[in-house]
Amino acid sequence: MSLMKTMLTTSALAVSLSFAGAALAQDYQPDPNAKPGGNIIVTYKDDVATLDPAIGYDWQNWSMIKSLFDGLMDYVPGTTELRPGLAESYDVSDDGKTFTFHLRPGVKFHNGREMTADDVKYSLDRVTNPVTQSPGAGFFASIMGYDAMADGSASELSGVEVVDPATVKITLSRPDATFLHVMALNFASIVPKEAVEEWGADFGKHPVGTGAYKLADWTIGQQLVFAKNTEYWRAGVPYLDQITFEVGQEPIVALLRLQKGEVDVPGDGIPPAKFEEVMNNPAEKARVVEGGQLQTGYITLNVKTPPFDNLKVREAVNMAINKKRITQMINGRAIPANQPLPPSMPGYIKDYKGYSFDDAAAKKLLAEAGFADGFTTELYVMNTDPNPRIAQAIQQDLKAIGITAEIKSLAQANVIEAGGAGKAPMIWSGGMAWIADFPDPSNFYGPILGCAGAGEGGWNWSKFCDPEIDAEATKADSFTDPADPKRLAMWSDVYEKVMEQAPWVPIFNEQRYTMKSERMGGADNLYVDPVSIPVNYDYVYVTK
Amino acid sequence: MLAYLARRLIQAALILLGVSFITFFLLYVLPADPVRQIAGRSATAQTVENIRHQLGLDQPFVVQYWRYLVGLVQGDMGRSYLQKTDVATLIMARLPATLLLMLGAIVAELVIGLTLGIIAAIRRGGALDQTLMITSFVAVSAPQFVVGLLLLYVFAVKLSWFPIGGYGSFSNLVLPALTLGIMGSGWYSRMMRSSMIDVLRSDYIRTARAKGLRRSRVLVLHAMPNAILPIIAMIGIDIGIFMSGIVVVESVFGWPGIGQLAWQAIQRVDIPIIMGVTLVSACAIVLGNLIADMITPFIDPRIKLR
Repeated sequence: MSLMKTMLTTSALAVSLSFAGAALAQDYQPDPNAKPGGNIIVTYKDDVATLDPAIGYDWQNWSMIKSLFDGLMDYVPGTTELRPGLAESYDVSDDGKTFTFHLRPGVKFHNGREMTADDVKYSLDRVTNPVTQSPGAGFFASIMGYDAMADGSASELSGVEVVDPATVKITLSRPDATFLHVMALNFASIVPKEAVEEWGADFGKHPVGTGAYKLADWTIGQQLVFAKNTEYWRAGVPYLDQITFEVGQEPIVALLRLQKGEVDVPGDGIPPAKFEEVMNNPAEKARVVEGGQLQTGYITLNVKTPPFDNLKVREAVNMAINKKRITQMINGRAIPANQPLPPSMPGYIKDYKGYSFDDAAAKKLLAEAGFADGFTTELYVMNTDPNPRIAQAIQQDLKAIGITAEIKSLAQANVIEAGGAGKAPMIWSGGMAWIADFPDPSNFYGPILGCAGAGEGGWNWSKFCDPEIDAEATKADSFTDPADPKRLAMWSDVYEKVMEQAPWVPIFNEQRYTMKSERMGGADNLYVDPVSIPVNYDYVYVTK
Repeated sequence: MLAYLARRLIQAALILLGVSFITFFLLYVLPADPVRQIAGRSATAQTVENIRHQLGLDQPFVVQYWRYLVGLVQGDMGRSYLQKTDVATLIMARLPATLLLMLGAIVAELVIGLTLGIIAAIRRGGALDQTLMITSFVAVSAPQFVVGLLLLYVFAVKLSWFPIGGYGSFSNLVLPALTLGIMGSGWYSRMMRSSMIDVLRSDYIRTARAKGLRRSRVLVLHAMPNAILPIIAMIGIDIGIFMSGIVVVESVFGWPGIGQLAWQAIQRVDIPIIMGVTLVSACAIVLGNLIADMITPFIDPRIKLR
């Protein structure tokens, strides 16, 4: 077994690597214009539930947790490229099943103690322990010993071994191309045992990590104050002295305050009703940053329920929807989609044609399927704007080919329940699914199109399960390099085969629009960071 | 009096028990699974069942409800499913803000409502009276979400008299308290008007005027105290009406009270928080009514509590 040594600290060395070199080659060059200091105010509508990295899984706490904690791996700011985090380097065995991480020396937790390999083991044991109730536990399923943790028969992962205080060896039960991405997820953040034990279930309100900021103050329901970690192990960052997150602010109120100069970043974005007004004002438009996001909005067609068990019916529905009109309904804040993956995801098929909008052809297909007179069905949708409006557009399009769809507009939890139970013939995914957890094509398959998610309660609302496609997906994930072109080609093929079966109608990929105050500095891609959603707090700065 | 109080308190406890049962039952039959919300979208079936078991949600309804009641009696309102924090801590952190907002709203509705009602009564039948009564009708019917945004736009954005949302100082309180109080002020102005008209027609007022007392003295010292009487009892009932309004008003103004907490918990099926806020609100309503009933005899000696 030969080891491929991967030094990740300098770009010169990384280029010579046999694998992952391209992805890891360019570490981030700090902005030469950035100057340290200053406080900013960021607003959110919803309260922050927790800052425990094993538990937090919300829009607003995701990037907050990223700024308080670090994992072994990380991403180059503003991109989807992996870079080293608390691990300075790592080695991978030939079979891709053993990762040896060499920890960065001298990294301190906010409580002053130095981080060691024991903390890495403790953190991974904790997140996979069912008692922690982590929503991310399933991501670690490829680590040896995960199953014993999940069924409660073990209290440590047998695959995680402390070699010495600066080295951790992680053994997988199967090759997993996404493993390094998983190590960059918030759920894989390194936490100090003594702080977790001191606070118990309240650790989420008293977080202690190694991150660029530390929690200085939290008034429940009102605001959180993050203070700069002056001993942060990455030199030169963060720039800001302090970030105040004010919660409980309606997006429309946040926008008004931004216009008066009281807020720097409205975390929930520009409210739909104000979007055109903002974009028609040149001064305000200049402060809006647009970017893609790893999101696809789609209609699921339940392949287990007639008439959607008939491929021709599913194809007909795919051809009946006027996607362009739907994107116009949301002020053009999205681009029409023809496949599950969003364009900025590796593996996206650029020249894929998909099903084109063609009522006549759709009607013909319906007739061939024996539904010349159409049929009646139900379309489930989450009850917040713009989703009911989008559902109405879908309803009209279906009407044009003779299908009568009754709209079931429900609270999010109720739609998810109906989808999981397989009770919904059609679901518009808006407001619920799917934004990638990490920038890898596999993340759009397993839970939402694969057999694993098709069971009772799973997120595969089409209940689509094709064992042959599943086998190809498993094979693609057995590569050691996530960016291997052969692997990406396999994933493209998986999604093309999925679309041949048409369990979904891909509708659009949402664009992100982040507005900021005039004084906010830093490259645009920090404000539409694909990973630190919505803003990469560690690298932005103020100009005055 | 004491016997009356004791009886009312027992009634209150029964009402709260009923509220807790109905709410718990509705949340139990709701077609939404709280465990799915906790487990997240990447969870395996095994993880989901594990969490369900840990939270005791795999138990029959009766067992779950009994466990909740046992905890409640011991002062334990449970832990939030998603925030993993004590519900009592979360509610206590937010309750002062809600109480302050309600107090502000009571002051606002009384000052506005009574003043307008008295003016309308004095000018009964005139153009001013009619204008005021139409205004009060609009105030009663206007949706609070719209009123809140309108006030915010005019007085905070355009005129900059008050801050746009937030919490902490008197100026933050004015607009949310007005929004919440405006509906009540419509009621109070109508009630005050009719009550005042009744009183002004009564014999003792005519006597007072006949004695040669000044009109203003008769209004303030003789008519108003009697006209306000029936209205005082309404304040207790208001608390119940406010409880439904705070959810909207607190969201519009970013007011960190329990209404906001409840709204967020409902969206995520965080049952312990929904139960906690419901019970605290029910307590407030029951207590408000009780207090209103208790003070009535002090204002009107003809009423005896039995």
